[in-house]
Amino acid sequence: MIEKIEKKVQKLDDVTVRFAGDSGDGMQLTGTQFSTSTALFGNDLSTLPDYPAEIRAPAGSLHGVSGFQLHFSSNDIDTPGDSPDVLVAMNPAALKVNLKDLKKGGTIIVNVSSFDAKNLQLAKYESNPLEDETLKGYNVVQVPMTKATFHALDEVAVSMKEKDRCKNFFALGLMFWLFSRPIDGTVKWIEDKFKSKPLILEANKKSLLAGYHYGEMTEVFTTRFFIEPAKLPPGKYKNISGNEAVALGFIAASYKSELPLFLGSYPITPASEILHELSHYKYLGVKTFQAEDEIAAMCSCIGAAFTGSVSVTTTSGPGLALKMEAIGLGVMTELPIVIVDVQRGGPSTGLPTKTEQSDLFQAVYGRNGECPVCVLAAATPTDCFTLAYEAVRIAIKYMTPVILLTDGYLAQGSEPFRIPEESEMPEIINNIVKPGDEYYPYSRNENLSRPWALPGTPGFEHRIGGLEKSHIYGHVSYVPENHEFMVNLRQEKVDKIQQEIPDIAVRGEQEGDLLVLGWGSTYGAINEAVTRVREQGYKVSQAHMRYIYPVAPNLGNVIKNFKRVLIPELNLGQMATIIRSKFLIEVLQLNKVQGLPFKASEIENHIINLLGGKQ
Amino acid sequence: MITQNFGNAIKEVQLTAKDFQSSQEVKWCPGCGDYSILAQMQRVAPTFEVSKENFVWVSGIGCSSRFPYYMDTYGIHGIHGRATAIATGVKLSNPNLSVWVATGDGDALSIGGNHFIHTVRRNVGIKIILFNNKIYGLTKGQYSPTSEQGKKTKSTPFGSVDYPFNPLRVALGVGATFVARSIDREPKHMQDMMKKAAEHNGTAFLEIYQNCNIFNDGAYANLTEKETKAEHVIILEDKQPLVFGNNKDKGIVLDGFTPKVVSLADGKYSINDLWVHDENDLSPVRAFILTQFTELDDFPTPLGLFRKEVKPTFEDLVDEQINELKALKKTSTFDEIIGGGNTWTISGNGK
Ligand code: SF4
Repeated sequence: MIEKIEKKVQKLDDVTVRFAGDSGDGMQLTGTQFSTSTALFGNDLSTLPDYPAEIRAPAGSLHGVSGFQLHFSSNDIDTPGDSPDVLVAMNPAALKVNLKDLKKGGTIIVNVSSFDAKNLQLAKYESNPLEDETLKGYNVVQVPMTKATFHALDEVAVSMKEKDRCKNFFALGLMFWLFSRPIDGTVKWIEDKFKSKPLILEANKKSLLAGYHYGEMTEVFTTRFFIEPAKLPPGKYKNISGNEAVALGFIAASYKSELPLFLGSYPITPASEILHELSHYKYLGVKTFQAEDEIAAMCSCIGAAFTGSVSVTTTSGPGLALKMEAIGLGVMTELPIVIVDVQRGGPSTGLPTKTEQSDLFQAVYGRNGECPVCVLAAATPTDCFTLAYEAVRIAIKYMTPVILLTDGYLAQGSEPFRIPEESEMPEIINNIVKPGDEYYPYSRNENLSRPWALPGTPGFEHRIGGLEKSHIYGHVSYVPENHEFMVNLRQEKVDKIQQEIPDIAVRGEQEGDLLVLGWGSTYGAINEAVTRVREQGYKVSQAHMRYIYPVAPNLGNVIKNFKRVLIPELNLGQMATIIRSKFLIEVLQLNKVQGLPFKASEIENHIINLLGGKQ
Repeated sequence: MITQNFGNAIKEVQLTAKDFQSSQEVKWCPGCGDYSILAQMQRVAPTFEVSKENFVWVSGIGCSSRFPYYMDTYGIHGIHGRATAIATGVKLSNPNLSVWVATGDGDALSIGGNHFIHTVRRNVGIKIILFNNKIYGLTKGQYSPTSEQGKKTKSTPFGSVDYPFNPLRVALGVGATFVARSIDREPKHMQDMMKKAAEHNGTAFLEIYQNCNIFNDGAYANLTEKETKAEHVIILEDKQPLVFGNNKDKGIVLDGFTPKVVSLADGKYSINDLWVHDENDLSPVRAFILTQFTELDDFPTPLGLFRKEVKPTFEDLVDEQINELKALKKTSTFDEIIGGGNTWTISGNGK
């Protein structure tokens, strides 16, 4: 008879876990499942997937390591965690690549079955790190995951290869046990996913349960952990990634505006999930067009916008470069189009699966001629929803292209999303002209926005295009004064969007020595860092830009109230350059261009150094 | 006669050419073949059974691409090479519109080659009129992807070395469902081809040989001048034998896959031996062979409808899929749509 071993339960506030293994080991899936259960359990969470650009790098190799980091807590959190408390390493390569990030004294759960001569050699380990001094000071838990998985699947008639592939579910089950997470969500997911493959279904489910019971039944773990649900504002929640949030924002905007949604897009990492996601909404009449290239994707949006759709395209840096000429046409024809740039490491192909904020100049300045475009930048994965919606609202109200900047970090990271009520969504006002109205293609309303006359409406036949047009009448015009007038008018119109933009809020003292000014996805790390330094008694204020072009109306005044302004950003100082030139002030920079997000500690240390070091 | 809806008033109107003339002064060079193409389109458009407000003309860049400005319909003068991509967006977004593309040999086949082949491949229900003058006009005279090898131009003072495109063959090669050719000096023929293109459901590709009298004058002289025309042109007519020549004394026979020009005068061949054109031919092979004629010595240039095919259009397939899914899933409230999936609720005092 097996005797149940009594386990201690320890309460924790906050844990960061990283799953790491071969890119073929299913680490992203494991991480996502763990996140979903954690979200449903009610913790606040933030995730950071990190995987190689190659789909299946050679098994066991160092560059084939794929990771998924998850920070969850009973408190409100902003980042996926600086350094993991727990590392789950499925093989030696995963251990080697990730060890340096682990917290001092952290826990390493290794799949000891994979620590054979071949894998050690692939990971370039001269001796077995489980047997030498490498892991000294860490709490190492050796679990024979592959062996235990095979054992659990003894009687399941699937191939050895299939059995081997189940070990990630074993690891997941074990982690569910260790952190006292409910397991039923994943069980149900397996049942749905593998409905048509009953043997695989059985194998995965058995492995998951085996992992869970392993924690319960063996003596390897003496303690399990419990993290209480977080006290988030009341409401209905789901866990959502930035890319999913963008897609939902567009759906919401189409719903609210009562205009059909058209997406023209070309697959590109890390933006493709928005295309995938929106393709699931065909039942709402959403049209997704996978074009032959980035240019065609953008051009199809011009056609769809002319015709009266909520017209959106999604891309990443290289694709944005290809779309630029057509975005210029969108500016000239004054059509409502939203362009999402999920920024990644550049230049050129750069680091496709990594994050960066280096398309800022491209978004703000990257077109020929005087070609202003409204630019927004999302701060968190769920802010992607809010700003995707906002981008559509502005585009339609002002008849202008809008670029929404997100990045790989936001796109793939996830966090709890409070689902808004329909009534919380702002009105989307359009300028569609009705038969019988007076109409001139380039007349203006009080927002300097031109009317939207949709093909099919009798009497409003008109031509738009890339050639300069005369004010009001919209005929081709080469008149020098008209051109200058129109250039100014287009600029003035985009500037006018500022009237929509809420004042930027300052956290902390409203004036003082140091303002940390961020934009886009660095919000979480900056917020966390500022919290920490303020807790240490430093007087540091913080403000965050989501409206990039135009900026918040009070930004200039806010900045002038501080002796120094520090802008941390994931590029060589693009926003710093913009702020300097706009407000003629000196700006301090903190830059990181490694394809990785900031750690809160990096910003924290920088601020402390700026303020004269530890007091 | 078409029914038009003006606000609340429904009227029966008979449109005329004048209804399609915009207020804009036409600015092509005097004598340019584009004038005739425009005039024929304005003449024939009223017969298409399409309300004026449902036409959309889209173009790229080049002399021909000014076309939409002169048609009093909805229109977009786009950017170089991208007209078919813009038009695809228009058609997908509103399949009820009659969408036309005016493009040139540089616009459609050089910078726009990719969009051209993919639009044709998908069978998007738009009409593409290719103004082929075998030269870059608007940039003042460089050779184009349809210029014959050896062409001396500003950018090829010693003659071009590139092999040219055969536009109709490119289109057939990517599965075009309507392929036709006409010429700027044959107004009636042009009107006929335009009308057939208008009636086609799917991508209609109509190449029009167009004289650029400034940079490539006489490119098609053989096909237009009285003395040479009959010997150099063969008019394709459905179910009719391929006959041409001054006295209708020549014909084409098909020997396996090899076409041959034969004389009907010397008693060896009769009209019954000739290749009979079939524009609905199930196989595209014979249409391919017809496109070869312009590359073979002593063969006449075919004008007419090479081939058409009935095939569901891209926009219809897209809509069909949407409608099937709509019928399956009846979700409709904001909360069902945005708030679907794995959710949890937090009440007023925490969970
Ligand atoms: S340059 Fe040639 S094609 Fe262009 S308008 Fe003049 S004649 Fe016509």
